[in-house]
Amino acid sequence: MRERGSLSAAKGALLARQHVVGAERAHPDAPAEDLGSMVGTCLHFSLFTNSPTVIVMVGLPARGKTYISKKLARYLNWIGVNTAVFNLGQYRREAVQTYKNYEFFRPDNEEAMKIRRNCASNALTDIGAYFTKEQGQVAVFDATNTTRERRGLILSFAKEKGYKVFFVESVCDDPDIIEQNIMQVKLSSPDYENCDKEEALEDFLKRIECYKMTYVPLDEEKDRHLSYIKIFNVGSRYLVNRVQDHIQSRIVYYLMNIHVTPRSIYLSRHGESDLNLLGRIGGDSGLSTRGQMYASALAAFVQSQSIRDLKVWTSHMKRTIQTAEALGVPYEQWKALNEIDAGMCEEMTYEEIQGHHPEEFALRDQDKYRYRYPKGESYEDMVHRLEPVIMELERQENVLVICHQAVMRCLLAYFLDKSADELPYLRCPLHTVLKLTPVAYGCKVESIFLNVQAVNTHREKPPNVDINRKTEDALQTVPEHV
Amino acid sequence: FYIGVFFLPHLCFTVSLYLTLSLSLGPAVCMTNCPTLIVMVGLPARGKTYISKKLTRYLNWIGVPTKEFNVGQYRRECLKIYKNFEFFRPDNEEGLKIRRQCALSALNDVRQYLCMEGGQVAVFDATNTTRERRDTITRFAEQNGFKVFFVESVCEDPDVIAENIVQVKLGSPDYIDCNTEEAVADFMKRIKCYENSYQPLDEGLDRELSYIKIMDVGRRYLVNRVLDHIQSRIVYYLMNIHITPRSIYLCRHGESDLNVRGRIGGDSGLTSRGKEYAKSLGHFIQEQNIKDLKVWTSQMKRTIQTAEALAVPYEQWKALNEIDAGVCEEMMYEEIQEHFPLEFALRDQDKYRYRYPKGESYEDLVQRLEPVIMELERQENVLVICHQAVMRCLLAYFLDKSAEELPYLKCPLHTVLKLTPVAYGCKVESIFLNVEAVNTHRDKPENVDISRPTEEALLTVPAHQ
Repeated sequence: MRERGSLSAAKGALLARQHVVGAERAHPDAPAEDLGSMVGTCLHFSLFTNSPTVIVMVGLPARGKTYISKKLARYLNWIGVNTAVFNLGQYRREAVQTYKNYEFFRPDNEEAMKIRRNCASNALTDIGAYFTKEQGQVAVFDATNTTRERRGLILSFAKEKGYKVFFVESVCDDPDIIEQNIMQVKLSSPDYENCDKEEALEDFLKRIECYKMTYVPLDEEKDRHLSYIKIFNVGSRYLVNRVQDHIQSRIVYYLMNIHVTPRSIYLSRHGESDLNLLGRIGGDSGLSTRGQMYASALAAFVQSQSIRDLKVWTSHMKRTIQTAEALGVPYEQWKALNEIDAGMCEEMTYEEIQGHHPEEFALRDQDKYRYRYPKGESYEDMVHRLEPVIMELERQENVLVICHQAVMRCLLAYFLDKSADELPYLRCPLHTVLKLTPVAYGCKVESIFLNVQAVNTHREKPPNVDINRKTEDALQTVPEHV
Repeated sequence: FYIGVFFLPHLCFTVSLYLTLSLSLGPAVCMTNCPTLIVMVGLPARGKTYISKKLTRYLNWIGVPTKEFNVGQYRRECLKIYKNFEFFRPDNEEGLKIRRQCALSALNDVRQYLCMEGGQVAVFDATNTTRERRDTITRFAEQNGFKVFFVESVCEDPDVIAENIVQVKLGSPDYIDCNTEEAVADFMKRIKCYENSYQPLDEGLDRELSYIKIMDVGRRYLVNRVLDHIQSRIVYYLMNIHITPRSIYLCRHGESDLNVRGRIGGDSGLTSRGKEYAKSLGHFIQEQNIKDLKVWTSQMKRTIQTAEALAVPYEQWKALNEIDAGVCEEMMYEEIQEHFPLEFALRDQDKYRYRYPKGESYEDLVQRLEPVIMELERQENVLVICHQAVMRCLLAYFLDKSAEELPYLKCPLHTVLKLTPVAYGCKVESIFLNVEAVNTHRDKPENVDISRPTEEALLTVPAHQ
């Protein structure tokens, strides 16, 4: 769960090795270089400092702290920064098995205060362990942290261990937003399992009052030495203070681009292409007859959905453009949405890859996320190139993205919080639209097959990934084709 | 928007000649159709012109046509001779009239630029310190359908202000005939004239406006109501730049085997001269005694081998890889002319936008280098070991070169360019490290017609083995 996108030394060596292999293929005459001495780090975002960072959420209950925590963690993990969320409420629920009512949170409740302080301590200890033993890079401490005293405690802890601290405070006084939050995520909390809505709402509002009494927001003057972003009213205004490094700058940029306006994102592949039918990967072929039928079906589907201000995006490749053309609406092309570059294996069938490059084929099965085709790309490269697309998707509202199998897997993994290991095996069949709608802390997915048959292009990981495996073992999971 | 994609099915590959007007930010997404007027706000010597010029340079580089309009220049054209600070006194009726006229004249030119000259962003560089002036501008923008984004620079640090005055004001045409003391004294009095009527953007009164308030040279920012993609990018950029003195060193890998054979692209290793260069580079770096130098390379052998000789940690960026020449990879120019004479000519016609079949264009390169530029802005001393086309793109960003000039910038092998930000621009020192190398620079030939004879196509190809 917390082992996401880890970039260990072993992996660096794997990349180095792939690089060598690729180079060797290109120049059989060139002397074999010993690149084992490569000191360089093979990271794209290799600018994360060595100090781990603790992101400290600040704000009254129902201000979106957990929403931001989870979303931020999902984004950071997707771009390859190991991140975990430590939700204090969960620690409290483990310590105090049954929640009675808001009285637990009264500032004069000594017993409860002791328990809550213990929970905070435990959470900080776990954060320390996450950094030192689990290769964590960022920990999000999701709690109210509304008093200067509590924040001081965290700062001392971080200073002692050499962690950087970045505060994210959410300030909101719009009663509608607060009520909306309570309805969406609080009423279904384990705390209110046996209550009816009215009771729960009433109790929760009293809980907020308990915190209000002691809430000391980050202060422009007193806290001018801290690094933080203050988010006002769900993003209409931000105050940013002392951004220390690259990761904090990225976090600020991300937080300033997300919104909570309801909308849906539609992901789909191009219609079936000629190369799809032949079982060949990559290339830039046009749509088959069935693919063209899908394009028409997609147009009908989009119309039937009556989507407000829908934006349509495609890649620069023929098959997505042809699919979009059938919609009869303006669309925009992103080079970043182009399919994964299979380098030397472009337009080959899996059988041919096995025939010409059996070792490469096996290496790919061993680590499909990080494996880079010689002269081509890896899934990891793609995540990097898709990051601006994700950022823009966050800014936008209703969007239909017509893309490719590997691309769609990367985008889907971002929205559904899938790990680097799961990502390359996500099912994204042709002629099927995935409608993603943000809800509560996650994303609702509806899968709509548009009733036009297409070839299957999904190759599962075979049981035998050894480089010395037999051809039949290698080709065991190859889907059928012409 | 894209104009069209031309497919010539009778050729054995796709002629992907894109005449896209889409901006390198990806799609022309939120350019929407609305141009944007960026309005600087702040007392004199707060870095407004510095920010305006830098922002304009960045936006143009990523493909957003941007122009700055400095009201001070309009005033100098109107007044011809600057006497002293008294011109700026708030009770100087004549002065106020002229200044107001200049502002309106500048706004007129803004309208011309955004409505009729294809401009996308205009930066209105003036103090704009009164609410009244800002309201005038907002009304003007509304009338013309422009979005407005304010950039206010607030700074009370006397050292920063003094440094600004020394760096950029003393050299101003206004103070051409003054000595340093006089100029500084006059300028300080000028600032005073503005101070009394200065109404900073207010969290309450101006909460409907879109703006970023930059405080203390970037220590703190207040960002209000970012409306669209371009404003979000501008905010991100402004939050990443700094003014700490530093230098950026740009150079190519040492001479490679393919270089010597006159072949483009590929992933070859260094020649012996290339290795010598790598060693010289190591010595050069040591001599320069650079504080906390970061070293970046691409993921191609030749840059990595060059960095290895420095024996310091370095970081590899895939984004720094050389331009992908697609079907022309590892060919000599003679071979490209022989096999793809049409492509070769098309490239000469528009080298910036031309995309090699199954490859990239310079325009694509700029897009993929944008995160590198952003990180270079955040960093301090950096040595970037890269490739010819890549270096041209980076250099064009720092030296504000146009898309036409960019693909022909001279970036010879075995030469380090040291870039040091100074005043409103960049000082460039070119240091040849005294190791001979082949020339890889091909100038634009005179004849770029698709039916030109072979000799004319190959006229400017540099010599090789």
